Amino acid sequence: MNVLVCVKRVPLTGGKIVLTDDERAISTRHLGFTVSPHEECGAEEAVRLIEQHGGSSTVLTLGPPEAEEQLRDMMALGIDRAVHLVTDGSNEWDPQATATAIVEAIEAQPDPPDLILFGNESADAGNYQVAIRVAHKLGLPVVTGVKGITIENDLSVRLEQEVPGGRDVYVVPMPAVVTVKEGLNLPRYPSVPGRLRAKRKPLETSTPDRPQPKLEMVKLTLPPGSGKQTEVLGNGAEAAPAVVDVLSELGLV
Amino acid sequence: MILVFAERSDDELFRQALAFAHGLRDDVRAVGIDDSGGYSPDGCGAALARLVSEREPRAVLAPGTDRGNEVLAHVAAMLDLPMAANCTSATLGEPLTLTRVRWGGSLLEEARLHGSPALLTVAPHAVTAVDESADVELVPAATDARVRVSERVETVTAGVSLADADVVVSGGRGVGSAEGFAVIEELAELLGAAVGCSRAVTSAGWRPHTDQVGQTGTKISPSLYIACGISGATQHMAGCKGAKKLMAINPDNEASIFASADYAVIGDLHEVVPAISAEIRKTRGAG
Repeated sequence: MNVLVCVKRVPLTGGKIVLTDDERAISTRHLGFTVSPHEECGAEEAVRLIEQHGGSSTVLTLGPPEAEEQLRDMMALGIDRAVHLVTDGSNEWDPQATATAIVEAIEAQPDPPDLILFGNESADAGNYQVAIRVAHKLGLPVVTGVKGITIENDLSVRLEQEVPGGRDVYVVPMPAVVTVKEGLNLPRYPSVPGRLRAKRKPLETSTPDRPQPKLEMVKLTLPPGSGKQTEVLGNGAEAAPAVVDVLSELGLV
Repeated sequence: MILVFAERSDDELFRQALAFAHGLRDDVRAVGIDDSGGYSPDGCGAALARLVSEREPRAVLAPGTDRGNEVLAHVAAMLDLPMAANCTSATLGEPLTLTRVRWGGSLLEEARLHGSPALLTVAPHAVTAVDESADVELVPAATDARVRVSERVETVTAGVSLADADVVVSGGRGVGSAEGFAVIEELAELLGAAVGCSRAVTSAGWRPHTDQVGQTGTKISPSLYIACGISGATQHMAGCKGAKKLMAINPDNEASIFASADYAVIGDLHEVVPAISAEIRKTRGAG
């Protein structure tokens, strides 16, 4: 089978977000980059499915030239090949434009994927819709928020979605689009040989045109701070009585 | 007219979506999809898309729940319209302007939406809910859906569930190992609390993902949250910003979690947490 997983390069934000001067992006001068957590599980699942059932896995991203780093990271996990839709990185692509570019790239693949995996939502923009748009454009079924994937036979896949109080089960024919959530699996750490192999794996690039956005970001702002007054209860074990006083006030002790 | 999709998995979030709609226009109609044959995301989306074509609303809203976002995205894909997820405010106009959350609420985006009707989901807890639910008109789901829930597997959870717990005690990277959680579990048991953790902990495999508090884990809103050895990355804070009181225990007095804390203890959790547990036992014994 062929599995394709879509990922997005996002900054590794720490405790405090700082914006660029034009207020249209996060200042990344002191930050590293990663893929969204849900997507890392998607890539791990793609590798496991191919280990189990045979075939080929592909990672796809739409992003600036630097996003090659994330494609190589995913190939270090065991993904076989990569497709990079290269953007100039200066302007965001809205969900509709992103979905259109991904669909064109998928349709150009020599071997059409049986399973197309996405993260349930990206860590940064969180628009919750690219995968669903891709599915409609390709005429494929789509299930979201999946935390369990079982290939039933060559024709269908069983998908489990966490809901309050349990799991909802869907069985859909392949090819299908699936969005996954972190917790689906525990992604492996890439090995050193894996990293070396990733450097030589095939990576194909194209440069799609960016249409005018219909959801147009104007600027980013930081939400107002909590405005909380922090009461320091003490240092080390000596703070315990003061902590218990607070717990008593809250009716817990 | 503003159409509100009555996704009822969380009644308060549905009533918040109604309040958001009333902020845009007086004429608000709530529509639910009858999915008694089993929930179908594309079936709900198709039913809603048909209503949109028939009634020509100015905007279609849904609560920013998993299913609210999912169904509205199907509508957006079917009608090839732009959609903005998790909005905190919006103003009708040409184009419509809106503010929405990014990074699980750690950042806000101001945006313009070019398309009509506007498709928006409402970020949880961005507006105060209306007191009374509206009358909900029920329409049938589309019958030609491709995807439908075939089975519900109930899960039995032992003890206090993380999402509903009144008190949560969490450990972060500072706990150091899976075994290190013994002190966290001990304090949680004394307080009748649920145990949580940060993403660093689940990524290291020390705790299952079901224990993760964060943007990609469980979102909690306890009356007290005790965060031990957690630095306070945006990923984590997105999961615990609903806590009414936050107590942070961390050896680094520069840790960003202290900026959001009501109570701070500067110190190593492996010394502080057992001392708190001992003090609780002493106090209770004396009482």
